[in-house]
Amino acid sequence: MNDQTQTSPSVGYWRVVLRQLKHEPLAMISAGVLLVLIIAAVFAPWLAPADPFKASMLKRLLPIGSPGYLLGTDELGRDMLTRLMYGGRLSLLMGIVPVFSAFFIGTTLGLFAGYLGGRVNMVIMRTLDIFYAFPSVLLAVAISGALGPGLSNSLIALTLVFVPQIVRVAESVTTQVRQLDYIEAARMSGASAFSIIRVHVLGNVLGPVFVYATGLLSVSMILASGLSFLGLGVKPPEPEWGLMLNTLRSAIYNKPFIAALPGAFIFLTSIAFNLLADGVRSAMDIKK
Amino acid sequence: MMAQENTPILNTEDRGGPAQPLLVVKDLKKYFPVRNELFAKEKKFVHAVDNVSFSVAKGKTLGIVGESGCGKSTTAKLIARLINPDSGKMVFDGDGVAEYGGIALKEFRKNLQMVFQDSFASLNPRLTIEQTIAYGPTVHGVSNAEASVQARALLQRVGLAPELFASRYPHELSGGQRQRVNIARALAYQPRLVILDEAVAALDKSVQAQVLNLLQELKNERQLTYLFISHDLHVVHYMSDEVMVMYLGQVVEKGPVDRIFNHAAHPYTQALLSAIPSMDPTKRTLKPPLEGDPPNPINPPAGCRFQDRCPHVKDSCRSISPKLAPVGVVFDHIVACHLNLEPRTYA
Amino acid sequence: MWVYILKRLLYALPIALSVTVISFMLVYLAPGDPLNAIAPADAPAEVIEALKSAYGLDKPVPVQYGLWVWRALHGDLGTSIASGRAVLTEVMGAVSNTFMLATIASLMGVCVGCVLGALAGYQRGSWIDKIATTLSVIGVSIPHYWLGLVLTIVFSITLGWLPAMGAGPGGSSEWVWDLEHLRFLVLPAVTLCVIPMGIITRTVRALVADMLEQEFVIALRARGLSSMAVFQHIAKNTAPTVLAVTGLQIGYLMGGSILVETVFAWPGTGFLLNTAIFQRDIPLLQGTLLVLCMIFVVLNLLVDIVQPLIDPRMGRA
Repeated sequence: MNDQTQTSPSVGYWRVVLRQLKHEPLAMISAGVLLVLIIAAVFAPWLAPADPFKASMLKRLLPIGSPGYLLGTDELGRDMLTRLMYGGRLSLLMGIVPVFSAFFIGTTLGLFAGYLGGRVNMVIMRTLDIFYAFPSVLLAVAISGALGPGLSNSLIALTLVFVPQIVRVAESVTTQVRQLDYIEAARMSGASAFSIIRVHVLGNVLGPVFVYATGLLSVSMILASGLSFLGLGVKPPEPEWGLMLNTLRSAIYNKPFIAALPGAFIFLTSIAFNLLADGVRSAMDIKK
Repeated sequence: MMAQENTPILNTEDRGGPAQPLLVVKDLKKYFPVRNELFAKEKKFVHAVDNVSFSVAKGKTLGIVGESGCGKSTTAKLIARLINPDSGKMVFDGDGVAEYGGIALKEFRKNLQMVFQDSFASLNPRLTIEQTIAYGPTVHGVSNAEASVQARALLQRVGLAPELFASRYPHELSGGQRQRVNIARALAYQPRLVILDEAVAALDKSVQAQVLNLLQELKNERQLTYLFISHDLHVVHYMSDEVMVMYLGQVVEKGPVDRIFNHAAHPYTQALLSAIPSMDPTKRTLKPPLEGDPPNPINPPAGCRFQDRCPHVKDSCRSISPKLAPVGVVFDHIVACHLNLEPRTYA
Repeated sequence: MWVYILKRLLYALPIALSVTVISFMLVYLAPGDPLNAIAPADAPAEVIEALKSAYGLDKPVPVQYGLWVWRALHGDLGTSIASGRAVLTEVMGAVSNTFMLATIASLMGVCVGCVLGALAGYQRGSWIDKIATTLSVIGVSIPHYWLGLVLTIVFSITLGWLPAMGAGPGGSSEWVWDLEHLRFLVLPAVTLCVIPMGIITRTVRALVADMLEQEFVIALRARGLSSMAVFQHIAKNTAPTVLAVTGLQIGYLMGGSILVETVFAWPGTGFLLNTAIFQRDIPLLQGTLLVLCMIFVVLNLLVDIVQPLIDPRMGRA
């Protein structure tokens, strides 16, 4: 090793990952795009040009570029740009919140199942196996359909779809980590299981689970908007990209661009999430 | 390079005096069930550790040798209570361990620590060296600040300058340095007994020598007792005061190091020793030290477990299990063999 | 080997059982009385009672469940409230339509995916690789229902080449494998195939690239094996994983086709499910869910059993 008398302290793990991420151009662009979308969504009440609910029978389906209506109007005469910005709030919410909730719930369950092993593990994993019998779309639709339309029901349905997947990843990683010698060394300290999990296991499990969860974000966006598209999510007249795709369907004949516009945003967000997730994954890889 | 110590060296009081063994292990047993078959008629078990008993004297090093699968690591983990034994007793300096009226397990953990073979897997890749070493004391009530101070002092003692190493991560260190960290981590508890499970096996020979010397120094400074598990007989010879030989989950021979190495009584020990490559050109041999296949550790046969490979096997060996008994009149050299052979000399 | 199959079967049984429970119970999760869907709100009490006993809703729930499972095992899944036809008939008809769509979409996706993935894997870093990777990312990121709409706009409305909706001029019951009817299949299948295409491209690319770097390939080339032969080697080694993923994708598409089917009004199980949900047609909902999930479970089981046969590494003693 070198002979410096003073060496710079090692930077924290996440800071290194962040630094690495800056070298991934696609990920950075995606992050930028997402930032713009999120800002537009969060600050929609201040940034949007019009009222998203104000309908006008005379101004229905104005084409893109009409004066005062930059992206045209929808089938009830409401300004598309405004509706898209407001729609971003609900769409992004419905995409992000379930993944976050599933991340917390799933990691906790997975940690317990993986660390404690034995009966606890079997009970948790076998119960979740039942959820694997359903393809995600079907499960989301079924639960949503059963609970009824509405924002909170959709959030619950989507969280329930993602929790089993995250638990699977968390449990798998925890089981591997648990067998490593440093966990045995930690057990030799006499510390409680809780302390060992918190100090030694958690940090090493969060990484892979986080990577997996970021990969779920795009799926969640598509699924959430899909639910609204089917009429199972947000109810009209709330603006939401999937719901807008649904209500604008009849407009595909004479104003196809407007009708396709909300979906383009779903696509944009989804692909940005995916590229960002890919970038995070390779940034974390190189460190190892 | 001797550093000044700020921390006291002995913490737990010596209760029984020098004559009382530090650790007595009686009839430790651990069978692992064999899981693969769905329709097995009777349950099969791997007899990993089968009625192992021994004692370790204070301030001495007990070397444990044997081939892979003989149960030495499992024994270590049973003693360390990383695995729970099926049956058996442990007495630490006169007090039962994890028994009613004895030492509680958490308290026991302060007295006994372990250094593992894989230096990299033994360290949490997410924690700095200092955090790793400081973790143990904090579990036992030491404040974070005090634990950090102790950690840095220990780093100094094992030969790693704290300014350079305390904030590093495990992947930035070499194998030898990591093992020193593991030793420091074990010492942070101020234990009386340290189990070294193949602790130097993965290191280069030159690094091994440094680490072994460090271990000897520490042992003398802190009145430590070592359980030194290894398959490398040279190293065992260098480090140990007493040697215990295990075969297929049982103790087959135990005695002072010179007796074992020069006057081994068990055929298995003799075979092990004859397999050590020698630098002496007059000591050539064509015969392999051991013939025959090792028996199945699952549901082993009756009688002596070495029966299929022993060059001196008799009928009684196949039916009666030999018990550990002194060799001749030497009371501290015991062997489990019906023949209790006239020990052959190995110079 | 047989032990392994037996174990997988035994393991699938409780899952299948739970699926039946959940399919049955899901409707009871919903707020509101299931009866509301059947009887008008202002019906007289005797009519409501009569309807209740006719649909068996007066018995305790576990009993209803038991009866339902018992009848299902005999092929009777009840009668659809909306259409009055037997649920089994409706579902099976829909299943065949979705199966057709899912299989064709999967095969298309897999073929294109294999080609793209292999090309990309062979030419890591080249423009082919970049295009293939981009297509793959698009495939997994695109909201397929939106893609369906876009394709409809382009090919149906603007160009007029292909029909926008439905399963043929005579409906799905009169399906014939001729061009007239196949035209209706094109857009839904293409829309649906991007998902497996994206996944397979990514998988095959990774596998091929990985394999090309392995030493046995260098060894083969050193022995003078032609590129074709090496390719065959690689294909053989990649096949098990691709087959497994394909099987799973078919199952996934069968279960998850609801969105595309809604866009194209393709009379499959997804479309049926949609209808059932909105009309609160309970027997139809339960029956459709049950059949769909059972198909998924069986498909997973088949993949589990077949995979070790093909991939010797996976075989358990």
